[in-house]
Amino acid sequence: MGGGRSARQPGEREDMPPTRSTSRDLERYAGLFASRTRVMRSSAMRDLMAVTERPEVISLAGGLPDTSTFPPETFAAMAQRVAAESCARALQYGPTEGLADTKACIAEVMAAEGMTVDNDDLIVTTGGQQVLDLVTKTLIDPGDVVVAEAPTYPGAVPVFSSYQADVVQIDVDENGMRVDLLDETLDRLEGEGRRPKFVYTVPSFQNPAGVTMSLERRRRLVEIARRRELLVLEDNPYGLLRYEGSPEPTLRSLDGGLYVMYLGTFSKILSPGIRLGWVAAPAPVLEKMNLGKQAADLCTSTLSQLMVRAYFDEADWRQYVDSLTEVYRARRDTMLDALAEFFPAEAEWTRPAGGLFIWVTLPDFIDTTDLLARALRDNVAFVPGEAAYLDGRGRSSMRLNFSGSNEDAVREGVRRIGKVVSEQVALYGTLTGVRPRTARAPEPHRHAPIAHNAVSPPPTGDPPAEELGAQVVPMRRRGRA
Amino acid sequence: MSRVAVLKGGRSLERQVSLRSGARVEDALERLGHQVVGIDVGGDVIERLRAASPDVAFIALHGQDGEDGTVQELLEVLGIPYTGSGVLGCLRSWDKVLTKHLLVEAGLPTPEFFALGETAFEELGARDALPAIEERLSFPIVAKPATGGSALGIKFAPAAGDVPAALVAAFSYGDRVVLERHVRGRDLAVSILDGAGAPVALPIVEAVPRDEDFYDFEARYEIGRTSFMCPAELPAALTERTHELALATYTLLGLSGFARVDLMLEQAGEELFVLEANAIPGLTETSLLPQAAEAHGLGLDELIGRIVELALERGPVGAVG
Repeated sequence: MGGGRSARQPGEREDMPPTRSTSRDLERYAGLFASRTRVMRSSAMRDLMAVTERPEVISLAGGLPDTSTFPPETFAAMAQRVAAESCARALQYGPTEGLADTKACIAEVMAAEGMTVDNDDLIVTTGGQQVLDLVTKTLIDPGDVVVAEAPTYPGAVPVFSSYQADVVQIDVDENGMRVDLLDETLDRLEGEGRRPKFVYTVPSFQNPAGVTMSLERRRRLVEIARRRELLVLEDNPYGLLRYEGSPEPTLRSLDGGLYVMYLGTFSKILSPGIRLGWVAAPAPVLEKMNLGKQAADLCTSTLSQLMVRAYFDEADWRQYVDSLTEVYRARRDTMLDALAEFFPAEAEWTRPAGGLFIWVTLPDFIDTTDLLARALRDNVAFVPGEAAYLDGRGRSSMRLNFSGSNEDAVREGVRRIGKVVSEQVALYGTLTGVRPRTARAPEPHRHAPIAHNAVSPPPTGDPPAEELGAQVVPMRRRGRA
Repeated sequence: MSRVAVLKGGRSLERQVSLRSGARVEDALERLGHQVVGIDVGGDVIERLRAASPDVAFIALHGQDGEDGTVQELLEVLGIPYTGSGVLGCLRSWDKVLTKHLLVEAGLPTPEFFALGETAFEELGARDALPAIEERLSFPIVAKPATGGSALGIKFAPAAGDVPAALVAAFSYGDRVVLERHVRGRDLAVSILDGAGAPVALPIVEAVPRDEDFYDFEARYEIGRTSFMCPAELPAALTERTHELALATYTLLGLSGFARVDLMLEQAGEELFVLEANAIPGLTETSLLPQAAEAHGLGLDELIGRIVELALERGPVGAVG
């Protein structure tokens, strides 16, 4: 996430004298822009996000891991080892597909999630984000269909948009993507003579919804992919950040790597600053991605790759992941408790078993982009739900991150957001003459499945109907501006 | 050449746009040979202004603090000359309710409106007055925050049931909201620059949205989302009337240096309405003032240079009055 940042920092000077540019020149530049830039757009929301950088703002908006507990001595030892053992190599270009040394580390991480992988099946990439770019670049012509989740990872939206993909979003509930709806949608698309190229999913601790795909749905998704000869991009940045329960098998391990392309990253288990991710994919697809990567950046930073190798040699990476898990579990619990304490009865949210995010859905008369403007006056920020949709939905939802702030800040941030939400609920009640529900008694782990504008019916089984907010006073859909 | 402090960024919701405006202004000032100190306005602004001790401050700060007279007041305390309007002009244009009442009082056309504070609903039962308001304004009704320079928080309510949510959204940006009759028509902007003796209205810019049917926040600041016609294609008499109306508004509100007045030309006839005035209009790549100046034969550098000269000529502004 992030947004259009200013090209310059306050007070900073450019080295080169600025060249003359006028509005007429800009119109001239505009005439040179590729048509794909029409869909690469900044937004009000992203401009609002600029305010979240201010130090007094508690930001629950980012997706930042906490890098503050990484031991500096380990970092120093890593750098020392790279300098002593592979200085010249670290400073040199490397192969496009990545170093075998680093691939061995990747194989270790994948083994920890029950997968085996050969070096030949892997490309080491510049962060996981590059995988999204390479996969889309390899498979999508303008107008081709990508199937994604609803809501989907906000950072995938600009990637799909920049390749002019037609994105079809499938609702998720507390058991992940509604694979039954996927099957129906694929039938419909087939009927229209359109064949999607790939399905994009974050099956574990989804960004932004925090939900995890059930085993049954995983099996069914893999089966659908095989039957329809459709690729699946499994994005699994958080799989090892589990705070309870036992892991589900990855889609790749269920499918054996036939139709599943697997995206992994060191960002959440080591460091996002090191910009190292990877993709494991069927050989013909991987070959094309390799050519795409060559065009994009020749190779992933050799220095970063060797730092990771040195890290795996110097330290116990599992132990560090365990320590992060402890920290994040406590922050998640703090956030869930604070939501129960401070949010009005009309709100519902997910209860993630891992990852970094909680997805909150408010009554549909609240637009979370406007709410963000109000929340910023109280120095607190979140990601408005519209960022996770390409079709204008999600406007009453928000994504909250609990990994990037300490427990006090998480609690205070949720308190402040809860206060403005309560104010808006009360105001709406005043404006319509409908009394809002009275504040509920504290219930530590009240939660509800994803609700998107009443599209998803409640899942079978739990939770109790009273938690679904179905009996909230009928609220009119806000008129779209 | 002068030492110029460029005030930009700040804590307003228009921070990002302001940073872009500030960068453009700084580039222009450097090309003109001025010594430039960029200041992202925050808690240390007084300290930084004192340290910089500029000859003049260029206020490229949109929204809260920049357009509501706050920063102007501080600069007056410090005795630093500044660009653009004084405190009173800022106050009158920042608050759309005040602007519109002044326009009505002066007999200048502005869309019919009602302005209500949050407390009117919470404590005075103003909800019961909504049907009467809706009847007077007829649908669609525009709800907008009483303050704020961008299109943030502006909502259309096509029917009565949409009004409460539109109000909730608009109240996110401030505690007063204007409910206004929607004028369907052409979106015109007149930039004004003080000249020798009298202010001059620059060529009219017409904003024509490309995809959306509303000139929204996103379109406003993006290249390629909105087409701008400058000068707008209007009959000479209508151009003249538009200019007159914009200048009358500028004078009425007590604006100075430069400003932008936004108007609507109603589709049905030739009726013009003043929507609002902006004391610190955008100076970004896609902003209307630089486009209008250019159509007038004034490049960005000359425009920025002229604005600074005006501020230096005026000198430090004393206490109000």
